[in-house]
Amino acid sequence: MAESTAHTAGTEAPSGGHGGFPPFNPQTFPSQLVWLVITFVLLYALMAKWALPQVARVIENRQKRIADDFAEAERLKAQSEEALAAYEKALADARARAQAIATEEREREAAASEARHKELERALNAKLAEAEKTIAATKQAAMANVRGIAEDATRTIVERLIGTAPGDKVVADAVADALKR
Amino acid sequence: MDPIHQFQIVNLFPLGKFGHAEIFFTNSAAFMVLAVVLLTGFLVIGTAGGRAVPGRLQSAAELTYEFVADMLRSTAGAEGMRFFPYVFTIFMFVLLLNMFGLIPFGFTVTSHIIITATLALLVFFTVLGYGLIRHGLHFFNLFVPKGVPVYILPMIVAIEILSFISRPISHSVRLFANMLAGHIALKVFAGFIILLGGALGAIGWVGGVLPFAMIVALTALEMLVAFLQAYVFAILTCIYLNDAIHPGH
Repeated sequence: MAESTAHTAGTEAPSGGHGGFPPFNPQTFPSQLVWLVITFVLLYALMAKWALPQVARVIENRQKRIADDFAEAERLKAQSEEALAAYEKALADARARAQAIATEEREREAAASEARHKELERALNAKLAEAEKTIAATKQAAMANVRGIAEDATRTIVERLIGTAPGDKVVADAVADALKR
Repeated sequence: MDPIHQFQIVNLFPLGKFGHAEIFFTNSAAFMVLAVVLLTGFLVIGTAGGRAVPGRLQSAAELTYEFVADMLRSTAGAEGMRFFPYVFTIFMFVLLLNMFGLIPFGFTVTSHIIITATLALLVFFTVLGYGLIRHGLHFFNLFVPKGVPVYILPMIVAIEILSFISRPISHSVRLFANMLAGHIALKVFAGFIILLGGALGAIGWVGGVLPFAMIVALTALEMLVAFLQAYVFAILTCIYLNDAIHPGH
C-alpha cells in the first residue's frame, strides 16, 4: 500500500539514519546539541541582560509611582488636617475673645450704671436736704408769725375785755410765757 | 499519516564539520531560533512603552515575569532569586518549544530526548556546582537526613544518593515522554480520518467527524500538557536549586 511506502520514506529520507525512531537517531544529536547550546545561551543572555531588567524596571516604576502617590496623598491629608486644626483653633480663639469683650463690656456698663445710680442718689439726697431746710425755715417763719398773730390776738382780746390796749412789752412777755408752757 | 514522521529532524542546510559530526541547520534549530526571537520580542516590545497602566502585551509580559518570580520565590526563597533569569529562560524556552508542536506543520523540539536530557543535565550540574561552591562539603549533608536512626542511616544515604543521581533521568524523560506521547496520539487520530475516508469513501468522510472531534479535545488537552510539563520542568528546577541553596533537610 501507499501508506507503507510513505512510512519507510518518512523515516529513511531526511537524516539517512540507522535508528528507525527519530528521537533516538544519534546522527541528529550533534546538530541538535549545537543549536540548543547556541539558542539557550543566547536566550539566557538576552533575558538576563536585556528583557528581564526592562520588565523589572517597568514593574518597579509602577510600584514606586503607586508608593509615591500614596505618600503624596498622605502628605496632603496631613496638610488638610493641619489646616482644619488651625481653623478650629482660630475659631475657638475668636469665640474666647468675643466672650472676653462681652464680659468686659458688661462689667463696664454695670460700673457706669452703678455710678449713675449713685450720682442720682446723691443729687436726690441733696435735694431732700434742701427741701428739709426749706421746711425748717418755713416752719420757723410760721412759728414767728404765730407769735405775732398771738400777740395781735391777745392785744385785741384784752382791749375788748378791758377797753385799754396793754403795752407791747407786756403782751409779748405774756405770749412768750404762754408759749413756753 | 505516519505518526512518527513528525519527529523527523530535517537538515535544511549544512554548516560545516565539528570533529566527525556534520552540523546542519535543521527544522529543530529553526524552531529554537524562533523561540529566542519570539520570547525576546514579546518581552522587549511588550514593555517598551513602560506604561503605568499596561496594555495587553505588557500585561502578558509582566504576568509571565511575576509568575516565574513567584514560583521561584515560593520554592527557593528570596536567595533563589539570583537564579531568576536562569529559571525564567528554562521555563519560557521549554513552554514555547512545547507549544510550537501544536501548531500545524510545527515541530516539537522537546520531543527529542537529547534536548530534554541536556537541559536536565544542565540543571543537575548547576545544582551540584553551586551547592559545592556555596557550601563546600557541607553540601553532601543533603544526603544525610536529620533525625534518622543510625542503624538505617547507611541505607537512607544510599537511597538519597541514588535518587539525587537519577534526578536528571526522571527530569528529562518526563518532559520528553509527555511531548512524544501526546503528539503521537494526535497524529494517530488524524490518521483515522484519512483511513476512514480512503476506505469507505463518502460515508468514511462523514464518520471522520468522530476522530476529528477527538483531535479537537486532544489538542486542548495537549495545550494543558504543554504548559503543565514546562511548569513541572521549571518547578523541579526550582526545587533542585533550593537543595543547592539550603542543603539542610
